[in-house]
Amino acid sequence: MSVALPLPRQPGASLWRRRRDALPGFGLALGITLTWLSLIVLVPLSALVLRPWELGVTGILQVLSDPRVLAALRLSFGSALLAALVNLPLGLLVAWVLVRLRFPGRRVLDAMVDLPFALPTAVAGLALTALFAPNGWLGAPLKAVGVQVAYTPLGVFVAMMFVGLPFTVRTVEPVLRDLGTEAEEAAATLGASRAQALLRVVLPALAPALLTGFGLAFARSVGEYGSVIFIAGNRPLVSEIAPLVIVQRLEGFDYAGAAVIGLAMLLLAFVVLFAVGLLQAWLRPERRA
Amino acid sequence: MAAFLPRRALLGAAALAAVPAGAQSLPTLLNVSYDPTRELYRAFNAAFAAHWAKENGGQRIRVNSSHGGSGSQARAVIDGQQADVVTLALAYDVEAIAERGLIDKGWMGRLPHNSAPYTSTIVFLTRKGNPKGLRDWGDLAKEGVGVVTPNPKTSGGARWNYLAAWAWAQRQPGGSDAAAEELLGRILRNVTVLDTGARGSTTSFVQRGQGDVLLAWENEAHLALKEFGAGQFDIVLPSLSILAEPSVTVVDRNVDRRGTRAVAEAYLRHLYSPEGQALAAQHFYRPRDAGVLAAAGGVFPPLNMVTIDEAFGGWAEAQKAHFADGGSFDRIYRPSR
Repeated sequence: MSVALPLPRQPGASLWRRRRDALPGFGLALGITLTWLSLIVLVPLSALVLRPWELGVTGILQVLSDPRVLAALRLSFGSALLAALVNLPLGLLVAWVLVRLRFPGRRVLDAMVDLPFALPTAVAGLALTALFAPNGWLGAPLKAVGVQVAYTPLGVFVAMMFVGLPFTVRTVEPVLRDLGTEAEEAAATLGASRAQALLRVVLPALAPALLTGFGLAFARSVGEYGSVIFIAGNRPLVSEIAPLVIVQRLEGFDYAGAAVIGLAMLLLAFVVLFAVGLLQAWLRPERRA
Repeated sequence: MAAFLPRRALLGAAALAAVPAGAQSLPTLLNVSYDPTRELYRAFNAAFAAHWAKENGGQRIRVNSSHGGSGSQARAVIDGQQADVVTLALAYDVEAIAERGLIDKGWMGRLPHNSAPYTSTIVFLTRKGNPKGLRDWGDLAKEGVGVVTPNPKTSGGARWNYLAAWAWAQRQPGGSDAAAEELLGRILRNVTVLDTGARGSTTSFVQRGQGDVLLAWENEAHLALKEFGAGQFDIVLPSLSILAEPSVTVVDRNVDRRGTRAVAEAYLRHLYSPEGQALAAQHFYRPRDAGVLAAAGGVFPPLNMVTIDEAFGGWAEAQKAHFADGGSFDRIYRPSR
């Protein structure tokens, strides 16, 4: 893929100058990018940012200090973080199996990973609920040992794990494939044990991809509505997710209050994703070298 | 013919406005309705199309309906869905559309019976034989009873449930608003699943086996019996319930722009005709027509019912006191009350 030769860095040349020389059409490409991003992302988001001020600062604080809103935000962000965290080792394992092992039915398994992407979320939600309801295939045996998944916060977590899994698998998989086995073999010839090779050679190389997968899985789950709403039970203060609280405000024609919670979710998600980005930059190979 | 429609839609609003209504070969009508009326309007739309063709020299029309939570349907119309008529779960949602100028303010007086051609009420659906002995609203607050109802914030039907329980509690010996709020608090603590819509609650209760009792529209309870067998559930009538009047009206701004006022008005009037009333009864809505009601016999036993106006001073008041931000429903879920 590397077509362009690495350009010699000239200490005196400005950033602007260097880029313009390297790629033709810089202005055009940047112009189109900015216009497109503004239309698709910034304009809708600015509406979200402007709307809450109708309520004034006290009104906004009042919405955000509502115990139901706080409980819902806690549930949505807590479960999404936890689900993304659990998806990390699981996603890595699935990617590992798909890349490194050869067995009959591998392609079928490979296709199955993408199902949560493709399935309409409501269908996923209904299927999970039917499965985990106390009279369902999995719900009945679980109930016998005293665990109820559907209609509890645990159900929210399960649904979020379901929608988030493909993100971790699909971000880690290509990196793992590119990595090949040479590095591990070299580590082995130098006397590293399997565990050492995994921990000191493979995982550091995969870390940025794993973090990206974590961020994507988290971002997808935190705003997830369709698949969660069926299994959550939606009891206020217990199993009510933040997007549902927004919907409830809209049903009461309280557009500004809904926008306040939407904005809070946006900012919180931004903080999490920004932290993931920082961590990624910190883990970059050249920094460690 | 049907394949023609999308292309015509693409011609754009300007071209459409230029075409007089009469020139459209296949007029279509959109009825934006609420969740449990799917079956009723599927049957009624076909009946009305046949009726219209007979009255208008064989002119064919097509009626589409859209279903969902009553509040979100109202919002869709406010946000620009081209509904010719709305048939929603409660007057409050129609009022919200009228407030934004799409419907004439005096809409409720345009058709008989508060513009509600059929009524319904709230009943209990219990497991067969009513093993927990749930007879009245007070029983729902007992320890160990699992209650299934939709969320009043998102479901029109759930607001009727809530208000029916409230009205009952007020009318008990020593009843008051405080006692009612206390009872509702205890009932809501018994809720195991709070779905967003009436149909979702029915599914949770009937198919997922959640709870001991479902608070349901009378028509929804009968439908559950019909679909899943009368041997599994019992309908229990509480000593007092509420008269639910699902409102219907023409969306003035849309019909005037689309030139569909005549057919839209005929559609709603047909709901009051013997055929419309019989269809309503067949789908377990209480018909207004005394003859049709009598013919339905024991399906609609007489029931003590309060109306929203006499018990709560109308929807605007009820909404503000109970379901708006900071209303009684919010207070119940405020931990440090």
